[in-house]
Amino acid sequence: MARVGRPGQAIVAVCAVAGLALAGCGSGDIEQTDTSASGGEDCGEFNMAINPWVGYEASAYVVGQLAANELGCDVEYKELKEEIAWQGFGTGEVDVVIENWGHEDLKKKYIEQQATAVEVGPNGNIGIIGWYVPPWLDEEYPEVLDWQNLNDYADEFETSESNGKGQLLDGDPTFVTNDEALVENLDLDFEVVYAGSEAALIQTFRQAEENQDWVIGYFYEPQWFLNEVDLQKVSLPKYTPGCDSDPEEVACDYPKYILDKIASTEFMESGSPAATLVENFEWTNDDQNTVATYIAVDDMEPEDAAEKWIEDNPDKVAAWMP
Amino acid sequence: MTLLSPTRGRRATPSPAPTDAQESGQRRVLALVGVLAAWVVGWALLKGRQNLELAVSTQTDLHRWLLDVRDRVEAARTDNFFLDYVVGGVSSALDGGVEFLQQLFSQPAFPRPVPEIGWLGVVALAVFVAYALAGARIAVLVAVSMLAFGLLGYWEESIDLLIVTGVAVGICVLIGLPLGIWMSRSDRTTAVVTPVLDVMQTMPAFAYLAPLVLFFGIGPASAVVTTLIYALPPLVRISAHGLRSVSPTTLEATTSLGSTSRQLLAKVQLPMARRTVIVGLNQTTMAALSMATIAALIDGPGLGEPVVQALQSLDVGDASVSGLCIVIMAIMLDRATTTASDRASVAARTRENPRVRRAVLAVLGVLALVAVWLSRTYTRFAEFPEDPDLGQPLADAVNSFSGWVIDTFGGLTARFTDLISNGLLNPFESLLAESPWWLMAAVLVAIAYLLAGPRVLAPTVICLAIILGSGLWNDAMKTLAMTLVGTLLVMVLGVVVGVWMARSRTADAAIRPLLDALQTLPPFVYLIPAIALFGPTRFMAIMAAVLYAAPVAIKIVTDGVRAVSPTTVEAAQAAGSSSWQTITKVQLPMARSALVLAANQGLLFVLSMVVIGALVGGGALGFLVINGFAQGEAFGKGLAAGVAITALGVMLDRITVHTAARHGRA
Repeated sequence: MARVGRPGQAIVAVCAVAGLALAGCGSGDIEQTDTSASGGEDCGEFNMAINPWVGYEASAYVVGQLAANELGCDVEYKELKEEIAWQGFGTGEVDVVIENWGHEDLKKKYIEQQATAVEVGPNGNIGIIGWYVPPWLDEEYPEVLDWQNLNDYADEFETSESNGKGQLLDGDPTFVTNDEALVENLDLDFEVVYAGSEAALIQTFRQAEENQDWVIGYFYEPQWFLNEVDLQKVSLPKYTPGCDSDPEEVACDYPKYILDKIASTEFMESGSPAATLVENFEWTNDDQNTVATYIAVDDMEPEDAAEKWIEDNPDKVAAWMP
Repeated sequence: MTLLSPTRGRRATPSPAPTDAQESGQRRVLALVGVLAAWVVGWALLKGRQNLELAVSTQTDLHRWLLDVRDRVEAARTDNFFLDYVVGGVSSALDGGVEFLQQLFSQPAFPRPVPEIGWLGVVALAVFVAYALAGARIAVLVAVSMLAFGLLGYWEESIDLLIVTGVAVGICVLIGLPLGIWMSRSDRTTAVVTPVLDVMQTMPAFAYLAPLVLFFGIGPASAVVTTLIYALPPLVRISAHGLRSVSPTTLEATTSLGSTSRQLLAKVQLPMARRTVIVGLNQTTMAALSMATIAALIDGPGLGEPVVQALQSLDVGDASVSGLCIVIMAIMLDRATTTASDRASVAARTRENPRVRRAVLAVLGVLALVAVWLSRTYTRFAEFPEDPDLGQPLADAVNSFSGWVIDTFGGLTARFTDLISNGLLNPFESLLAESPWWLMAAVLVAIAYLLAGPRVLAPTVICLAIILGSGLWNDAMKTLAMTLVGTLLVMVLGVVVGVWMARSRTADAAIRPLLDALQTLPPFVYLIPAIALFGPTRFMAIMAAVLYAAPVAIKIVTDGVRAVSPTTVEAAQAAGSSSWQTITKVQLPMARSALVLAANQGLLFVLSMVVIGALVGGGALGFLVINGFAQGEAFGKGLAAGVAITALGVMLDRITVHTAARHGRA
């Protein structure tokens, strides 16, 4: 039994050692070929967190591809949920979160208490959160767009999941939401049902428009999907500063979020040219939607989508470069 | 093919001889009916009272305490000796090891724009190793698979996944084999370790992701540890079993010849149990692969990343192609490990000429060295060429197919969803979740006792107490309702398809590859098109679980029915039974133990999908686990939910295992 195996094993071992030795002495013409940097040879590693929605991906890859192609950084993209990404600031796993939605609790913990992260200022995008309905509803029942009429249509919005009430569809639990409190405090005959992810929300809205189903759900801008299906926002009681201070008593619309950039303290102090790029980066919702549409609708790889936009917008890009 | 998923807590205990089986069976059925009637009456009277419902945003003291512990650990991470040096050391060793291998085989070794060894060299080395360990056919399989990874456009990710899987399995062997040996020699160790293994396999991966990240940070280290936790148990269990079942006569003979216990182990037990140990290794490898997508959520390198990314843009095509790479890798590793275990005996039987083999090995070795050299010298052998690209056309085809399915069946499935939800799921959930907790607990204990006997009383009560203590009783009952409905559907599918496959070789040959693919394909991949069909509902989550669990159940039922002696079946047919009668009166009753085993595995597999199902509307405990992983403030509640799912799983396992032991013997 064992005799057959032995010589084989010996040869494997010899070859493995020889292979490694050969790999070590490595000759060849691809040693350090192209680090086609334009002056930033000391950029080194650059770890970009990718939070789970396509708009974020658009911003992240534009910055990342610029850092890789123009500054010669060794860029790594890391698919992480928001909370998890923040934890990476302290360990050096994550350098930048390029689009942050509020998260006052995280800022307090990581910026004030642990001092592992710093704010790098707004990225130019304005975040809107709210309740949306598919466009066909707006055309046939425009009164749905006012929250005060929602109870009249609660029956229509009922599903097998909503416990005999109307269904208000929410997304990923990570997303910032006051919806349960809102339903309660506005006396709406609705039940919040979690779809679980952005993907599930989008698929549901898409189907609803196609089949003229009654759907109302949590959604947000900037968002590529609005270029495909023009969801309409339902008006909620007007937001006034401080009206959402007590999460259990909220009865007003969401504020407009000034989306900002967060980076690890160490990274910002490292003098990397990528840090300057991150600091200068600022663009509009339309810019982001353009790149996100390339990715999600035209099915381009995020790298290619970002590079296409970079090529088309040399002026904007030039303003960001260190 | 032997793509059985990891065997979970499957320890049939010898059944007591059936005495007065008929009579006591009848009494038990009566008692069961009584319990059910009392339950329904109690539910009707007390509906919605004391059912311990807890709003999503509400937390108990326990949840807040767990959150507080997390914060303290996080704060202490840098100045606590244990966390900084021991955990930190392990973590950076793992990160470093994986990174080293990546730079060697898959990722650019900065400042080189390519890895140290390019694709040609990697393929050649893999083929050489495959030939050495498993023979020519596997070498061909490995070559084709590796080229497929590249042609489908996922070369780097595939090699990354191989690296993470390899490191995790390597550590599994280092820990698992000694543990298995120890268990095979000491009953006390077995008694202590077995429940731990049960928990490791039942605890949903999402539940320990957040705590692991806390200790090991995001990245390869956490990915390896996550994989390790999930993949270790099969190896330990199976190798302990293999060592224990080495014939006692052989052992006695060796001992009487004066062997020391160490010699006994090295010269007799391990070689004789080699095949079984490799079966364990095979199961462990498969389990490790199936963790790939989940590990991507904490920045684990590998094929999980493109799957997760494709889901964000709802790209079923891309998700399927990367999923296909995982399936190919599973088949490759499965075949390679199985063949390696059979290798010696096959070689002996076919009288393979060792001289030829050595010559081929030497040639392949030289070729591999040349390939390594080439791949270090020329860019085209270092970076996998982008043309021809098979991945994109395949992704497009999948996209248009799933579009067609959605357009064609969309309306129909919505009605079906409503029918099942309103007709079956909602009433059942109400019965479980709206009964007062004490009534529900009493009913569960009574049913467990009547089905499985007094031995399950203690575990059932303990598990229920844990669920109660987690503060999530109501959510646990909702999850239990979904799990039971899912298992019911699994069993219907299992019996129908299983019997069909057992009776028709053609059906078997056609369906089995599909089952294998379903078992290895990451569930994320088929969740997305399914959302379009069923909407984000609990039913959708159940369907996902059914797809995941049905293959195991079907395979077990098929084997069980096929094992019914042909003579008995012939006798029945000769006596004039119709096919229907043969199936219902002879084959199924005689395959009863297989049916119970299928139910046991079905239950556990359905339960293990509860968390993934929550991504598409499953709600209850699964949702809380995801919420806890995603939102810092909900950490404690998520962890408690993970514990509750585990308790639910252990309880259901115990009840079905003991039921099987009691009634299973045909």
